[in-house]
Amino acid sequence: MSIVQTPITKRMTFGESGLLIVFSFFAFFAVVVAAKAHTSAYAFHAFVFAAASVAAVFAIGNRYMDRDAILPPQTIDGKPNYNMGPVKVGTLLAVFWGIAGFLVGVIIALQLAFPLLNFDLPWTSFGRLRPLHTSAVIFAFGGNVLIATSFYVVQRTSQARLAGDLAPWFVIWGYNLFIVIAGTGYLLGITQGKEYAEPEWYSDLFLTIVWVTYFLVFLVTVLKRKEPHIYVANWFYFAFILTIAVLHLGNNATIPVSVFSPKSYILWSGVQDAMVQWWYGHNAVGFFLTAGFLALMYYFIPKRANRPVYSYRLSIVHFWALIFLYIWAGPHHLHYTALPDWAQTLGMTFSIMLWMPSWGGMINGLMTLSGAWDKLRTDPVIRMMVVSVAFYGMSTFEGPLMSVKAVNSLSHYTEWGIGHVHSGALGWVAYISFGAIYCLVPWLWNKREMYSMKAINWHFWISTLGIVLYICSMWVAGILQGLMWRAYTSLGFLEYSFIETVEAMHPLYVIRALGGILFLIGALIMAWNVIMTIRSPETVAETTGAALAPAE
Amino acid sequence: MSTKTTSIWSKHAIFEKHSLILLLGVLVVISIGGLVEIVPLFYLKSTIEKVDGIRPYTPLELAGRNIYLREGCYNCHSQMIRPLRDEVERYGHYSLAAESMYDHPFQWGSKRTGPDIARVGGKYSDLWQLEHLNNPRSVVPASIMPSYPWLAYNKLDAKHIAADMKVLRVEGVPYTDDMIANAQADLKTQSTTDADEMDALQKRYPKAQVRDFDGNPAELTEADALIAYLQMLGTLVDFKLYDDKANVR
Repeated sequence: MSIVQTPITKRMTFGESGLLIVFSFFAFFAVVVAAKAHTSAYAFHAFVFAAASVAAVFAIGNRYMDRDAILPPQTIDGKPNYNMGPVKVGTLLAVFWGIAGFLVGVIIALQLAFPLLNFDLPWTSFGRLRPLHTSAVIFAFGGNVLIATSFYVVQRTSQARLAGDLAPWFVIWGYNLFIVIAGTGYLLGITQGKEYAEPEWYSDLFLTIVWVTYFLVFLVTVLKRKEPHIYVANWFYFAFILTIAVLHLGNNATIPVSVFSPKSYILWSGVQDAMVQWWYGHNAVGFFLTAGFLALMYYFIPKRANRPVYSYRLSIVHFWALIFLYIWAGPHHLHYTALPDWAQTLGMTFSIMLWMPSWGGMINGLMTLSGAWDKLRTDPVIRMMVVSVAFYGMSTFEGPLMSVKAVNSLSHYTEWGIGHVHSGALGWVAYISFGAIYCLVPWLWNKREMYSMKAINWHFWISTLGIVLYICSMWVAGILQGLMWRAYTSLGFLEYSFIETVEAMHPLYVIRALGGILFLIGALIMAWNVIMTIRSPETVAETTGAALAPAE
Repeated sequence: MSTKTTSIWSKHAIFEKHSLILLLGVLVVISIGGLVEIVPLFYLKSTIEKVDGIRPYTPLELAGRNIYLREGCYNCHSQMIRPLRDEVERYGHYSLAAESMYDHPFQWGSKRTGPDIARVGGKYSDLWQLEHLNNPRSVVPASIMPSYPWLAYNKLDAKHIAADMKVLRVEGVPYTDDMIANAQADLKTQSTTDADEMDALQKRYPKAQVRDFDGNPAELTEADALIAYLQMLGTLVDFKLYDDKANVR
């Protein structure tokens, strides 16, 4: 009698069958909501949720039919079997949303210079497109960069496969569905009216589910790690994921009018709402756009430069000081308002102190290049990332300066704030993201290098010129505006009417739009380069380089 | 460095080796600032000034305010006058915390691409506001504000406004049963010139302005609601009677 190897019977996992039931039920529920919706815009969103649920059911079913009886193993020949599928999708979506967000930015910049471009239509007017721009660049572009890189970095530094089977996919697609719901909502007039927290209650609830899943995937992967130490980049990812969850819940505490209505009313009001909003708003900067992207700095710069992080001790001090101080800085958005003075003073004091850990981080990033400075000349990807850290240093110096009440009395409400944000957003966040994308794409698709290093050079110089035009024009515009508002004639009358200060902005708005166009062109060059890299036939063996040294 | 057991830096290993302790550490560290700055605002009596005249929005004003949110007006207009000489001269008395105490959410804004409108109420006529919304450049040639021609055509959809008011009441806005019961009627009353129910409405909502705001008495439009909201902004407090010395914080 010969031994017959019994094949393992293929069975659905608990996750697969459970999610099939949940999504089927949710599709049905969404159709009911659509039928009874108070507004057609909300009905549209309910149908989008229903369609997405049906798509999820098909995707899970198809995947089950196609897959092997056993799930992919955790390791192959003793080496971790990394799950890079979600990272690839996240990286490509980041490129897509980046271009979409920059494009909308260019459009609204042009609208301010030429108001005709509002086209007199509700869904193309500045007030609805501006939140679309901010959400697209911060949450869509930035968020996909953070999710994709965190899934990559946590696997590599933990030497472990990403936790969960369907969970990472749910995080990627769920997050991007949230983006679509939020963005189309603004265009249709669905908004909470809170800056950078515009999505309404149902989008917020959905994001909460996605975010908790994201947190669990990240945490469980770290728990599975083979390295005793948690690598420094992961501290920053942890702080980012956890704090964003806290901020999101605090700032979006709201009561919907009905489950059939998109409208809700925020629990907080007036002065308390202002404080909660800027506690959220400034820490969206601090934890989404800073801590999250510092994690990129701590992984991709040492990796690309092939040097260890400059100082382990500085990492520790920098990390704890940064996350402790940032939380206090919110009230500097409310100087001289009806917020009590004690809160304003606290906000200003901690904002100034924040300068120190910010520059600690910058020094740690820049000095990682010690012994490899020559790469600035030879490697445009390193150059992009180093310039990004330099911009980080510049905008984290400018920030504390603007938080001083005397300076703020001039700079607040003006274009200076817009310029400041963009030196951080374009110079720091986008450049470190571009650098990470230029690193990741060849690593993920097993190529030796990006398709064209020359194109990276072009991207770098065109975008840099764009940033310089952008921030210089906004510095001039902001200071001009602030000075004109407070200018008095020798007889003691206000010298300028408001509309004269608007007229003075025109040439600067045009220059700013030009800067934005250059930045967009740079991103298009990157997209072309990414596509060409993926399509190029040459492949190299998967790089399985050891994890970075946890400490120097 | 980390291998030196005597070094204080080696103590940090506990955070690096235990993810849950690291998370707990992060949670503690990020909680402190927020708690210190936010929680006292809810119980310190000095946070909101004592002042007469502040009342909840009428149903029409509330509907107008929701249109203000929908169109993203806060992206370019602040509603917060700072106590600086030029701002007080340009816009009027500096804003009080009390003036936005029923604002869910607040609309102080962060940018003045256009002027502050905390006290725009009564500054311009209804007709000017209508023209300005319809085509800003017809009254301010150099304006860069978008045109909102649809507001004058769109019928106001406010059939659920009483439900909105009920939610706001849960959140602390003092809407009475009377106000909620009359919400639909008040919408119509406030947008009608010489309405019969005007006195009852103004008793519920002192200083409420009652008239046809958009010059189109046949229809209750979004322009009616938005102009009603704009015309009441900053008009509730009588600053001749306000004692700012009593509210020094």
